[in-house]
Amino acid sequence: MTTNQINEREKLIASANTLRWEIGENIHDSIIESIYTDAAKIANKVVRIKEQKKKYSFDQTIDRIVTSKWLGFPIMFLLLAVVFWVTIEGANVPSGLIANLLVDTLHPLLKDFIASVGIPYWINGVLIDGAYLAMAWVISVMLPPMAIFFPLFTLLEDFGYLPRVAFNMDNLYRKVGAHGKQALTMTMGFGCNAAGIIATRIIDSPRERIIAIITNNFSLCNGRWPTQILIATIFIGGAVPAYLAGLVSAAAVVSIALLGIIFSLLVSWGLSKTVLKGEASAFSLELPPYRPPRILRTLYTSIIDRTIFVLWRAVVFAIPAGIVIWLVANVTIGGTNIAEHFIDWTDPFALFVGLNGVILLAYIIAIPANEIVVPTVLMLTVLVAGIAGVGSGSGVMFELDSIGDTSAILHAGGWTVLTGVNLMLFSLLHNPCSTTIYTIYKETKSIKWTVISTILPIIMGFAVCFFVAQLWRLIAS
Amino acid sequence: MIDQNKCEACPVHNAGNLKRLGINMDKFDFVVALAGNPNTGKSTVFNNLTGLKQHTGNWPGKTVTRAEGGFEFNKNRYKLIDLPGTYSLLSTSTDEEIARDFILFGQPDVTVVVVDATRLERNLNLVLQVLEITDRAIVCLNLMDEAGRRNIEIDERALTRDLGIPVVPTEARQDVGIPELLKTVDDVVTGKLICKPYRITGSSKGLTKAVENLAEKIKNEFPGLPNARWVALRLLDGDQKIIDAVRSGEISGIVKRNAIEENFATV
Repeated sequence: MTTNQINEREKLIASANTLRWEIGENIHDSIIESIYTDAAKIANKVVRIKEQKKKYSFDQTIDRIVTSKWLGFPIMFLLLAVVFWVTIEGANVPSGLIANLLVDTLHPLLKDFIASVGIPYWINGVLIDGAYLAMAWVISVMLPPMAIFFPLFTLLEDFGYLPRVAFNMDNLYRKVGAHGKQALTMTMGFGCNAAGIIATRIIDSPRERIIAIITNNFSLCNGRWPTQILIATIFIGGAVPAYLAGLVSAAAVVSIALLGIIFSLLVSWGLSKTVLKGEASAFSLELPPYRPPRILRTLYTSIIDRTIFVLWRAVVFAIPAGIVIWLVANVTIGGTNIAEHFIDWTDPFALFVGLNGVILLAYIIAIPANEIVVPTVLMLTVLVAGIAGVGSGSGVMFELDSIGDTSAILHAGGWTVLTGVNLMLFSLLHNPCSTTIYTIYKETKSIKWTVISTILPIIMGFAVCFFVAQLWRLIAS
Repeated sequence: MIDQNKCEACPVHNAGNLKRLGINMDKFDFVVALAGNPNTGKSTVFNNLTGLKQHTGNWPGKTVTRAEGGFEFNKNRYKLIDLPGTYSLLSTSTDEEIARDFILFGQPDVTVVVVDATRLERNLNLVLQVLEITDRAIVCLNLMDEAGRRNIEIDERALTRDLGIPVVPTEARQDVGIPELLKTVDDVVTGKLICKPYRITGSSKGLTKAVENLAEKIKNEFPGLPNARWVALRLLDGDQKIIDAVRSGEISGIVKRNAIEENFATV
């Protein structure tokens, strides 16, 4: 590039600046105005609307109901509750069948086979009792609820309901000083937080975008729904008469999801009043027309894109986690294994906030993927409680054909309804998974915001669990 | 009632000419960009052409990054880019920047703007902005079935005339109009159809004069630039990205590629 060229270009830019001042009026506005005027002119010429048919006003009638001031929120909760209820009621039987096949039947076969080939016991342990069982476990716990939940959720999405949820919520987000579009990214977070965080690109102001990124973790994601559903079924559903169990458990899961929304509003408000001060910017949200969902297509994409995708991710992370679990349960220091050392060491603090050392260790092992929290918790519980007759020795993830068995093990491990409730709360309020943390860093390019997004929910989780535990004990005593 | 069999036999309608290549994009001959407002069916059109199964949702803003895929039609191999859905190319949010930068610097051989037929006026805002940046564009007038249900009639021929670019009505969800769209893409990239795009007429005289004045200077500095008028508008609006591109000379990347193509044409 010659100096002459550079000079010419600078002159060009300078003359643009001079011309801008000469014109004097607001150029940006007058450009937009010309575009709008011309678009309107052309559209008026080519579009003809005959009298509106009833079909169209049908859309508006639905909208008047589902986005109405009084009915909007109740309908939203009801729809969510129905989705969870169907998931909870439908998942139990297939879960048992898969566990029966993969764990009860295949696991001993594999183990005997490896032993008969003459491979040392510890390799057998790492591979079969660690990696294979963790994988089998994840599949039997997660596949059935996901195969029911995702298609239902995708049908709601395809029908056009989700933007209505955002429409109901956007005003609340604006009131707390965040961007109304955060309602959309929050809703996307219900699928996957990493996806929700990428979706914040639709927010133009950096201030509001960071708020949306930090608070996206408060939307329960795919990996956490199964935990919520299982624990609610055992502890909440188990505390009420059997005929109410399904409904009450579904209601409990919906409440946790709602609590997540409330926290995202509260934290957004806190951030926009302190470190990320500013006014909410205006925007327009478009309500797409209702479209009859294409059932087969939806089934296909929700099974391939979501169910298999999430399951695959869980399996990929479960295999190394299974190895880690087997190792911490079998490598001993001074006669006691590493897991028990950690659990004994953290128990005083953990019990104080209404959790236990097992849960804390499980959450550390499960940082790569939230999906494996429940299998890890169960395995570690068996190990610590020394429950006889389950599994085949320490460090083995045992067979589990029904929710009843899971419940029996957790109760034997000293779990109470309080532990269950606090696990559900902690599952909502803890650090994002490693994929999400990495995505936050990629999107913000800032270590500071990544650390804040990671640490803030953990602090809140402990605080909320502590508060609930104190209140619980106060009422109980 | 139209005889469907006759349609199938017609070369325009020959769906057999389409070969979906999925993510196989080697050795492509042409690049096609898909632009449009959010939730107009861009991803459905994308899946239709490439045979890929990108998750589509009735959900504005579903695609925030760009997706790529390939297809073959009439022995030409195409690379198709699904851009994020945007309402304009003016503002500064990341998704709008991705869309604009691709149309400007990626220099697609043709940009297909997918338009919601039930909301034509608002969708035209984006079409007009695309036409300021590039000459070669096609309007894919999607969701015609929905427009029909709402008793909205669109005079496509008048629209073609006014915009100066081809307009193809489609119902992408039902695969209706896709063969016609492919044929039109083929015609535009091979030069059988020449676009004479509509350009925005400014309402303010001062602005119009300033744009002409500045565009002249830009043409002198970067001879062969296809959209000097648009660059002038952006400079006047104080668009930092474009100011930087002018300063660094990056904007002339556009010129180079066009010059190469013209050389080919003269040979």
